[in-house]
Amino acid sequence: MSHITSPETPPAAPLDCASPLLEVRDLQTSFIVGEGEQVRAVDGVSFTVSSGETLAIVGESGSGKSVTSLSIMRLLPKKIGMITGGSISVRGRNLAQLSEREMRRVRGNEIGMIFQEPMTSLNPVHTIGQQISEVVIEHQKLSKKAAWARAIEMLEIVGIPEPVKRASNYPHQMSGGMRQRAMIAMALACEPTLLIADEPTTALDVTIQAQILELMKDLQARLGMAIVFITHDLGVVAEMADRVVVMYAGQVVETGLVNDIFANPRMPYTAGLMQSIPHIGSSENKKKLQTIPGYVPLLTRLPSGCRFRTRCTYATDLCAAAEPPLETLEDGRSVRCVRWRDLDLTPRRAT
Amino acid sequence: MNATMTIEKTGPESRATLLGVKNLVKHFPIRGGVLNRVVNAVQAVNDVSFSIKRGEVVGLVGESGSGKTTVGRTILRLEEPTSGSVEFDGTDITTLNRRHMRRFRKRMQIVFQDPYASLNPREKISTILGHALALHNIGKPGELEDRIVRLLEQVGLTGDYMHRFPHEFSGGQRQRIGIARALAVEPDFIVADEPVSALDVSIQAQVVNLLDDLKDAFNLTMLFIAHDLAVVEHISDRVIVMYLGRIMEIAPTRTLYTVPNHPYTKALLSAVPVPDPTDRKKRIILKGDIPSPINPPSGCVFRTRCPMVIPECSKVVPQLTEVGAGHLSACIRTAGAS
Repeated sequence: MSHITSPETPPAAPLDCASPLLEVRDLQTSFIVGEGEQVRAVDGVSFTVSSGETLAIVGESGSGKSVTSLSIMRLLPKKIGMITGGSISVRGRNLAQLSEREMRRVRGNEIGMIFQEPMTSLNPVHTIGQQISEVVIEHQKLSKKAAWARAIEMLEIVGIPEPVKRASNYPHQMSGGMRQRAMIAMALACEPTLLIADEPTTALDVTIQAQILELMKDLQARLGMAIVFITHDLGVVAEMADRVVVMYAGQVVETGLVNDIFANPRMPYTAGLMQSIPHIGSSENKKKLQTIPGYVPLLTRLPSGCRFRTRCTYATDLCAAAEPPLETLEDGRSVRCVRWRDLDLTPRRAT
Repeated sequence: MNATMTIEKTGPESRATLLGVKNLVKHFPIRGGVLNRVVNAVQAVNDVSFSIKRGEVVGLVGESGSGKTTVGRTILRLEEPTSGSVEFDGTDITTLNRRHMRRFRKRMQIVFQDPYASLNPREKISTILGHALALHNIGKPGELEDRIVRLLEQVGLTGDYMHRFPHEFSGGQRQRIGIARALAVEPDFIVADEPVSALDVSIQAQVVNLLDDLKDAFNLTMLFIAHDLAVVEHISDRVIVMYLGRIMEIAPTRTLYTVPNHPYTKALLSAVPVPDPTDRKKRIILKGDIPSPINPPSGCVFRTRCPMVIPECSKVVPQLTEVGAGHLSACIRTAGAS
């Protein structure tokens, strides 16, 4: 799929590394549901992330995008979720073979993670300053005093006003936007080379979202980290991503550079998603929203063949016959659709 | 600019007012201390006035803490207003007793944000919809089933769904059921409180289109509350922008989105990420957070984050001033000068 045997040469993205920072290959993650029954929430997902780039993973609920990120971090719920196949490597090192102790060092030091709801990763009974220092002490063996200073420095970097005072605040004393900043400060305290951000702005108001996105871009430029940005919001994707991976029902269905994906989607699902979101400016040219009919199928009741075919306006008998492979194309893109060559899915946009 | 305003929809403007909200105030008391006395209040809604004409869809946008949901709930008297009046079809409903209010409840319905929390999980769909009909004495018992089937079909489901329980449906389907329940009593007016924000992107469009169709089919008047500015633009005839309990700007939809007047509206529109990677424009980034509604800033409530703030802004509460046809803005910098 997207193995990198020879360096990819995308025209726009700033990629200079020959070997990828993160390589996920043929990942399969299953969950136990009921008695001995398993569902494959992530089914054969592959992608790579290079230093300094931003990869967006886009999908709706049930697409497997968050499970993919939890698999990378090895934070799947114990005994219920497990990686059943494939590999995840960071700088060529297979994470599956690491002990829990070694993995802890990878989290924080090499990979930082932020979530949609900051309260899931902030401890309500410790101050923000304590929590950040703890991370720094654990990973960088700094003294308590130096770690506290580092915590204050980080709070300042993420734009929290009065960082000295705020370091002694508990999470509940902060607003949603402030908590998100504090979580980013914690995730970046050890200067990881990769930040995984799972819907980091979904719960925030738009003016606060704009602040956080700006902050992430700014920190990326200064610290040079790569970002895996998991979101359902195509506006955020367009704003942040260099490359895009579109997921549907546990699989990758399309990948490409952000401009290519938006200008010329090849998988009908990607095109459908783009057509179905209302754009600012619609009142100048009012028309009905295009919709994707039906609902995302349950993983336990997937259709035969292409998983999207029951909702796809272009589906034929061919689509039901066999599961389409993810086809890698010469221009570096990939698409999972047997009919893509016959379709013109270029968005019609009112200007 | 004036030319574009006058060719704006000719429909609702000529119609009669269905809902008139005047100087609406809603404060939630905060109790504390050993005597559990009222020590303070959350000023959720402060001096809000607007009206909605029959057949009109008015969008109400604002960020969390803006008071938009409280406005919707107070209009329906799901919350009692602290002061001010809500006139529905000529009657001030804020002073009606329960019995008299019931007559109006039938005509005013609400669709909630969370379709998971707003349907009783122990009841079949037929029971949920049947309750709504029975409570308002609609239809004869023999017709009940037919009506339920017809309702389900109107919201894009099929009649055989009536024997199922809410958990058997996806989020989008549940929201359709929530809409069917609101429509069951054939209301004139619907408050839709964030009806699509809990739904997946591909499902949102289905529900937005459904509301759009139903509005025409039933000649509904709607207050559409949402934080998603693109969705609001798509469905509304006019839009109200709220911030910290007050109205900042009201305008016909196209006017608001093309020539916003208030600095807050401008910042809000600028902050929305555009789904076009070739358009990574410079945004207006507001500093800081929305202040606490317990202790809102003096004068203009937006002044602490406003890029155009001057000392006078802390002294007077700016009033909504006409800046164009049907276009009101509350800002001494951009609207007050004229």
